[in-house]
Amino acid sequence: MNIITTNNLTKKYTDLIAVDNVSFSVLKGEIFGFLGPNGAGKTTTIKMLTTLLNPSKGSAKILDFDIIKDRDNVRKNIGVVFQEPALDTELTGGENLDYHARMYAIGRDKRKERINAVLKLVDLEDKRDIIVKNYSGGMKRRLEIARGLMHYPNVLFLDEPTLGLDAQTRRAIWKYVKKMNKEEGTTIFLTTHYMDEADYLCDRVGIIDRGKILIIDTIENLKNSIGNDVITLTCSNINTLEKRLVNEKWIHNIKIHDSKLTLGVEKGDEKIPLIIEISQSEKIKIKSISVRKPTLDDVFLHFTGKTIRDHDNKNNVESQPRFRMRGGRK
Amino acid sequence: MKATEIQAIYVMWLRQMKRFIRSKSRLVSSIVQPLFFLFILGSGFRVAIFEGVGDYLSFLAPGIIAMAILFSSMFTGISVLWDKQFGFLQEVLVAPISRISIIIGRTLGGATVALIQGVIILLIALIMGVHISGTVGLIFTLFFMILIAFTAVGFGLVIASKMEDFQGFQLIMSLVIMPLLFLSSAFFPVTSNPTMKAIALFNPLFYMVDGLRGSLIVGVETVNSPLFNLVIVVIICIFMMSLGSYLFSKTET
Repeated sequence: MNIITTNNLTKKYTDLIAVDNVSFSVLKGEIFGFLGPNGAGKTTTIKMLTTLLNPSKGSAKILDFDIIKDRDNVRKNIGVVFQEPALDTELTGGENLDYHARMYAIGRDKRKERINAVLKLVDLEDKRDIIVKNYSGGMKRRLEIARGLMHYPNVLFLDEPTLGLDAQTRRAIWKYVKKMNKEEGTTIFLTTHYMDEADYLCDRVGIIDRGKILIIDTIENLKNSIGNDVITLTCSNINTLEKRLVNEKWIHNIKIHDSKLTLGVEKGDEKIPLIIEISQSEKIKIKSISVRKPTLDDVFLHFTGKTIRDHDNKNNVESQPRFRMRGGRK
Repeated sequence: MKATEIQAIYVMWLRQMKRFIRSKSRLVSSIVQPLFFLFILGSGFRVAIFEGVGDYLSFLAPGIIAMAILFSSMFTGISVLWDKQFGFLQEVLVAPISRISIIIGRTLGGATVALIQGVIILLIALIMGVHISGTVGLIFTLFFMILIAFTAVGFGLVIASKMEDFQGFQLIMSLVIMPLLFLSSAFFPVTSNPTMKAIALFNPLFYMVDGLRGSLIVGVETVNSPLFNLVIVVIICIFMMSLGSYLFSKTET
């Protein structure tokens, strides 16, 4: 069953198209991820789906509720954890949750019970009466995730849930996300530009770049689509070698990136001698060669022609007026 | 109105109250600053004789109360900017409650805080020997205090909706609010100078201060009758609140 369906969802600003005719659907109970660099349109998509922005064109439904015509019902059925922290730092953790529950019309007894349950889920039971400004970054994030769950949402949106957090906290948050997906049956829509995060958490991933979805599939299928093994090599005359190899039938795909040649193949270890043979016949000296299982990085490189780090470096230079990031979470 | 909306209004109100009580520095400065004005201006100008002004302290007290309520309520309106900056506004906007409930709750919260401050200053003025009028006058005073608070929250919302940062707020304070306050007869009568008096007629703060003074103090000369001032202030208040609510409801994050 589809829980989110979008149909040519588009958001235009005067000088750029942030989201460009995006159509996809998310199944009930799955963890679905949008993977893409900063400025790809991930946050804009979330803001449209959560009724904070009006789409310029196209439509979307959450459950059976239209995000434009039936905002109130959409709002009742979703939980959102924004990219920027959205807590009242002058209130305690417990108060933040309590006020949230009141806005979602949860009764007094239910409120208390639920606050305890979600705090337990994110291991913050003993921090309940501490004012949020004294929380660490990771604790704030956990509290926000707990708050997103307070009102039993059918879908929880997580916008870059572990941005700017240390490795240990990230692991912990991943654990909580998995746990609530399993224990509460919450469908999760998350965005990330971390490959490992998408790899670890998501059942299905959509790769998004410059407002367009390039492909949507399970992680398994995405990795298989570029070959079972990836061979990376450096050599003396890389362009000549690429031209020589590009028409070989046993190579699924081939790309030069960062003065490395990357090949997607089956049974990579058997192909290494073959490659060495070919390059020797072309008088090309191979400096290094390795074979490994494909990662999401390779998938991303395959579909966008760049690694996500290139994107981020480029985007840091270009200004991105709509996507401001706040201090402390960079 | 649905129960959920009332709950939402209550949450917004409660939040303002909690924040006010916890912010010790705001609590202190919002009461101490007006008191400085009251003591220093009060004792400094007491020797000067303004035409048509009896006891200067009794003249000044309503002006200071109006000022305290004005600043405090404007702060509440403008603090929407904080919520925008710190992201909390998104959390509120994505909840299944109407924008109007958010505004009502916030306004009531801001007005409550401002009234508490106003009453504290009133009590201190009373101790200092200001002559205040009877029950009817006090009821009128309360009306004026509430109206000033609502208007100022509305004005704060207008600024918050139109501005991205706090530099603009500083500019508005020093270029708009302070001159209007000085020309409102809060600190000295404007009637002695014809130009000032003419300007005062276009100054919303003038009607607020004049009305508050007329209702609160016994035996003071005001330009307009409290009732006339009240009508004008109600109109200004409705206009400001509507404009503020309208602009806020258009807010996208």
